[in-house]
Amino acid sequence: MSALRGWLAEGTSQRWLTVAAVLLSLGMIAGLVTLVVQVSASAFWPGEVVELTLADGNRLLGEEAGRQDDPLSPGRERVRMKVGNRDLDPADFRWVRDSQVTARRLPSDAWLLERREYGPFYGYARRLVLADRTVEATTGDLRGELGRALAESIRLVEDERALFTRVASLHEPVVEIDTLIAAARGRGEPTAGLEARREVAAARERATSTPLLAELSALRGRLEQGVLELEVADGTLQTVPLAKIVRAIPVNRLSTGGKLALYLSRWAEFVGGEPRESNTEGGIFPALFGTALMVMLMTIVVVPLGVITAVYLNEYARDNLFTKAVRLALANLAGVPSIVFGAFGLAFFVWTLGGAIDRLLFSDVLPTPTFGTGGILWASLTLALLTVPVVVVATEEGLQSVPQAVRDGARALGATRWQTLRRVVLPYAMPGILTGAILAVARGAGEVAPLMLTGVVKLAPDLAVNLEPPFLHLERKFMHLGFHIYDVGFQSPNVEAAKPMVYATVLVLLALVVVLNLAAIALRNRLRRKLRSSAV
Amino acid sequence: MSAPAPALETRGLVVGFGGTEVLKGIEIAVPRRQITALVGPSGCGKSTLLRCFNRMNDHLAGFFHRGEVLVGGRDVYDPGWPLESLRFAVGMVFQKPNPFPLSIRDNVLFGPTIAGVERRAALDEILERSLRGAQLWDEVKDRVGASALELSGGQQQRLCIARALASSPEILLLDEPASALDPIATAKLEETLVELAGEVTVLLVTHNMQQAGRIAHRTAFLYLGELIEEGETTAMFSRPSEKLTEDYLTGRFG
Repeated sequence: MSALRGWLAEGTSQRWLTVAAVLLSLGMIAGLVTLVVQVSASAFWPGEVVELTLADGNRLLGEEAGRQDDPLSPGRERVRMKVGNRDLDPADFRWVRDSQVTARRLPSDAWLLERREYGPFYGYARRLVLADRTVEATTGDLRGELGRALAESIRLVEDERALFTRVASLHEPVVEIDTLIAAARGRGEPTAGLEARREVAAARERATSTPLLAELSALRGRLEQGVLELEVADGTLQTVPLAKIVRAIPVNRLSTGGKLALYLSRWAEFVGGEPRESNTEGGIFPALFGTALMVMLMTIVVVPLGVITAVYLNEYARDNLFTKAVRLALANLAGVPSIVFGAFGLAFFVWTLGGAIDRLLFSDVLPTPTFGTGGILWASLTLALLTVPVVVVATEEGLQSVPQAVRDGARALGATRWQTLRRVVLPYAMPGILTGAILAVARGAGEVAPLMLTGVVKLAPDLAVNLEPPFLHLERKFMHLGFHIYDVGFQSPNVEAAKPMVYATVLVLLALVVVLNLAAIALRNRLRRKLRSSAV
Repeated sequence: MSAPAPALETRGLVVGFGGTEVLKGIEIAVPRRQITALVGPSGCGKSTLLRCFNRMNDHLAGFFHRGEVLVGGRDVYDPGWPLESLRFAVGMVFQKPNPFPLSIRDNVLFGPTIAGVERRAALDEILERSLRGAQLWDEVKDRVGASALELSGGQQQRLCIARALASSPEILLLDEPASALDPIATAKLEETLVELAGEVTVLLVTHNMQQAGRIAHRTAFLYLGELIEEGETTAMFSRPSEKLTEDYLTGRFG
């Protein structure tokens, strides 16, 4: 008994317990980061395209995407083949038992096409049909010709998209008047004046858009001309229009350098590009941009709000029942599930505040909502509310760390309370305030649930910032990395094929949070260095 | 013609916090342009008395007072004398150096800036005069833009004196200014105070009898909230008129 007491008093076991706890935490973080980095780092590395000949004579062409024990014959394995070609057969993956395979080879004429629709295509390239000539795989330089033709077609596609956007934007004045007409009808007002305006606007649109439409159809005609013919695994010949191809890769003939270039180009497309195929392919740039913008807006709102609250509680208010209640409420607010904040944001910001703004400023287009629907402003405000306790608590700690002697020094020099606060106390508390901002950013960047109610969408057609006045469109809906992960990982039509995208998106989200935090920490350390040698 | 009013004066001053009286009827007159030291054992009310003259006690919880506190013959509680302008006239230096987390220049010019001085030339002139007055100019003139927190403890304390001097006060209150300093920095500080005494009235709280003996023209001995004895330092140190003073000076208690 006393031996046990002595052993406990000595504290060795307790010390090991603390070490174990730290190691466990570190291990969990390291495990998470390793998993995410490992899966997403390999997500864009080009694999080999394998041709399997099966016992029944059928052939499969695709990439091997994992193996596992065959549940039907113990001791043997089966392989999951990614066979793509979803337009021919909806299943992206096929399980193949090792026992079924009679031959396996890496055909050098196998091509992987990354397409704008229907996902990847695997096939043996046979010929390239262009407007003026045909290039045979057996006799001509198909790889070189295809590269040039594809570069040309990608440029044409971009031109086509730009022109289409321009033509579509010409229709906007008419749409605006249509909205006004519908709203006026709803109110039972006469619409004759608006109808006349609509006629004028429509005539103007026709005048400018007619030549552009002709140009557009000419472009589209040129786009339809190039075609790649490939044989697929079952021996049939398929044609893929060049306009539908993003990349054509002769996978098994790539050198290491070629693979690396492809890998980097895929990452660049992922981080900087627009999503395709209901987000399961292409890039995540709009989501990355939306997340960063939302976090910045949130920080702009939450830091002043939290700092002012903390200044009141710590500097002006007496320590009484009221301030105790406020502090208790703030502490509890930090523990409220975030979806509750989302519900509040929807009810208060979107419906009440947004509805009021619409009635006051945008009444002519009602019932079409402007601010009365989810948007990046409301999402940012909701998250600001969610993170305000963090900023208040950190700022209060910062304010409490200001030595009384320094405050007295300023007062003794004739400074008023406000001058003392602004010129001495706040600069002194700045590291604490920035700590609060860092914590708020970390918390805000990772929240998803409240955003789903207040403005996040699966696909936002336009960024909230662009070159049209007023440049920052606070009422717009936006995309967010966290929601993107949920959407691609759980809501997409083809979850298994999108899995690498999910991990890569997680990696980007983690990197964004780290970058935002590092920026705030660097700022704080610069201020700390100024304060470091403080004698008091 | 009557003699000019003393720089600082109290009449029947009682000060307390909550229910406790800390000063129990102090009558003291501090003459102009001399160094007066307040000595006495811990808790005797030296610092409280000092802080009466720029009303720093007013911010403490439960503060109350009776009697009069006069600065240059004027009641510090005169409603026509705003607290801020009283504090421009009565500068204060604290026990520990308390520089602000600002540059040396901004520290010194803190008072003039909040008083509304904006002209660059005027501010430069005040900066140099104050730093010279605190005997810090030669050490920092090339780096007045550097953070005040990079200075040594002794330099920081002289910076605090310069900061107090920047408002051109007539009176300087010092609350054990050397207690956080090493002997060399203390010597430099004492030299500075002796220099200053020609122009401003210095009231100094100190625990250090040798310090009072070295630099103070007059010394006042407080004990348990009462003023036991006050007079010329040399006279009081050699022939104290009270037994209590003699016991304290000879180290029998305190």
